[in-house]
Amino acid sequence: MKILVIEDEVLLQQSIKESLEKESFLVETASDFYAAMDKVFVYDYDCILLDIMLPNGSGLDILNELKEAGKSENVIIISAKDSLDDRVKGLELGADDYLTKPFHLAELNARVKAVLRRKHLQGNRAISLANLELDFEDRTLLVDGKAVSLNRKEFDILNYFLLNKNRLVNKTALAEHVWGDNSDQADNFDFVYYQIKNLRKKLQECGAHVEIESVYGVGYKLVQK
Amino acid sequence: MKLLNQSLKYLSLSILMIVTIWSVIFYLNMLSEIKSSIDEGLENYKRLIILNAAEDSTILTKKYFDESFFTIQEISREQALSTKDRYFDTELYMQDADDQAPEVEPVRMLTTAFEMNGSYYELKVANSMVEEDDLIQELLWDVVWLYVVLILGVVIINNIVLRSLWKPFYDFLQQLKNYRLGRSKQFPEVRTQTREFVDLQEAVNTLLKRSVATFEQQKEFIGNASHELQTPLAVVSNKLELMLEEESLSASQLENIAEIFQTIQQLVRLNKTLLLLSKIDNKQFLENESVAIHEVISVNIEKLIDFSTFINIAVSSSEMEPIAVQMDFSLANIVVANLLKNAIFHNHEKGNVNISLKAGVLSIANTGNPNPLDVEKIFQRFQKFDSNKGAGLGLAIVKAICELYGFEVSYRFENGLHLFEVNFNTN
Repeated sequence: MKILVIEDEVLLQQSIKESLEKESFLVETASDFYAAMDKVFVYDYDCILLDIMLPNGSGLDILNELKEAGKSENVIIISAKDSLDDRVKGLELGADDYLTKPFHLAELNARVKAVLRRKHLQGNRAISLANLELDFEDRTLLVDGKAVSLNRKEFDILNYFLLNKNRLVNKTALAEHVWGDNSDQADNFDFVYYQIKNLRKKLQECGAHVEIESVYGVGYKLVQK
Repeated sequence: MKLLNQSLKYLSLSILMIVTIWSVIFYLNMLSEIKSSIDEGLENYKRLIILNAAEDSTILTKKYFDESFFTIQEISREQALSTKDRYFDTELYMQDADDQAPEVEPVRMLTTAFEMNGSYYELKVANSMVEEDDLIQELLWDVVWLYVVLILGVVIINNIVLRSLWKPFYDFLQQLKNYRLGRSKQFPEVRTQTREFVDLQEAVNTLLKRSVATFEQQKEFIGNASHELQTPLAVVSNKLELMLEEESLSASQLENIAEIFQTIQQLVRLNKTLLLLSKIDNKQFLENESVAIHEVISVNIEKLIDFSTFINIAVSSSEMEPIAVQMDFSLANIVVANLLKNAIFHNHEKGNVNISLKAGVLSIANTGNPNPLDVEKIFQRFQKFDSNKGAGLGLAIVKAICELYGFEVSYRFENGLHLFEVNFNTN
């Protein structure tokens, strides 16, 4: 899987690259408009992360060109500007998603994988790990082929962990992903811990060969047993 | 004190002074005029008496003032020669036409001397004079009347002339009072040709323009600053996330980095909130649509139910009258979510929250702090009533959104409950 990161802030670009490489993606980078235009039309990428404000030009112009070439469906816009206008324009030009800076790397992982899943749809409606199979379409979990009932939030948590398997998922990123804008108070309580505890119990009861490890008050990591 | 009354005060004081001084001078002048006219009369009498005495010598023996107003007395030549005509005020015991009995009356008297047939005589002629106290009384009343009439005149002139002259000023003042920085589109305007008022308008408008420019700059600055902070925050945040994944770190290093990371997350949230506030202030939300508030409420209760059950807060809703409001959907969502979060998180153990929507008024009542909160401060930015619970911007945002749409938002403490209300009815 080949991913292009178009981002002018080199430090951010490097972090994104490093994080995506941990997921075994092949990552290339571009730091300005011209370099980006060159790469976009010379190579084929499975996913393009596109910053809107670039030296020498706008990311939206790149997106426009991509749309004309019929290649805009695998673009995720990453912008410091949380403007409705840009979002609407970007999505109209065929971008798949819009992510506002600053974002969590775990969230970026999840979004990239969602794009890749949509791009390579064939039979890929589920994620599997060990004896687990999580079906996005039906929102069900199968362990050893047997259905395990999960409530909506538990499903979302497990899904997020599976998209970030073997990676540290911090509490904030998890809370923001599952509870959205209302998660800003979650840090003040052992709220996330409580939710994880319930999910752990369910996974243990059905004999799943995965484990959600705690990492020192920072977050959690899903690993195969 | 109003300008109208001020000018009335000064005018009536100065008129009182002028009228007083004028009436004293007038009185003195009149008195001397009266005296000189009486003196002329006395002079006439004198000549008539001397003429009559030449014909009728009995007159020369008239020694007392009785029925007539003169006395004649023979004197020596030396005495006569040393006598000069002398006019003076004195009093005589006599009966006037308006007196019941004879009484002492003020008179003007002339003493003179004349020679007749070799004999010398002294002549005293008297003429009754105006009684001064009567004159003063009469005059005083006239002056009082004059004063009253003058003041009445001034009041009427003040009311008609000044009122119409100052009307543009009061109009202007009213406009200025209603002017809201950043919200009023038109500058106050004075409708007159009066130069002072036109100058005032120019001065005020120059000042307002400068304030508006400063206001806009400040708004822009907050927006730009928060915006520019997004990328560095993203860099730091993502670097820390990668660092936390490093296997080689010791437990204590991990914990330290985790603390830094959490702090950065607070900063990220604060910055996002500031950006939101700046967007509201800059009216960047204008996607007005019909928003069903009751639906927004139930969606938000649902979203927050995980949190409220976790901390044992009972959220209930009573009386949900459907209402649709023209506003930006995401802002409606923020208003409801912030008020709900506020009620849930600033609560005590096993507390409760009650929500109602009646006649376009959203009321959220919650238990919590047993004392009322400071109404003046509660909607201000960065006001925290609980430590470690957010940045104190939630209610400020609610207030900003409500102001944007003209909704009224209020807080009061009633029966031990904190009650927040938003009135979605705009006039």
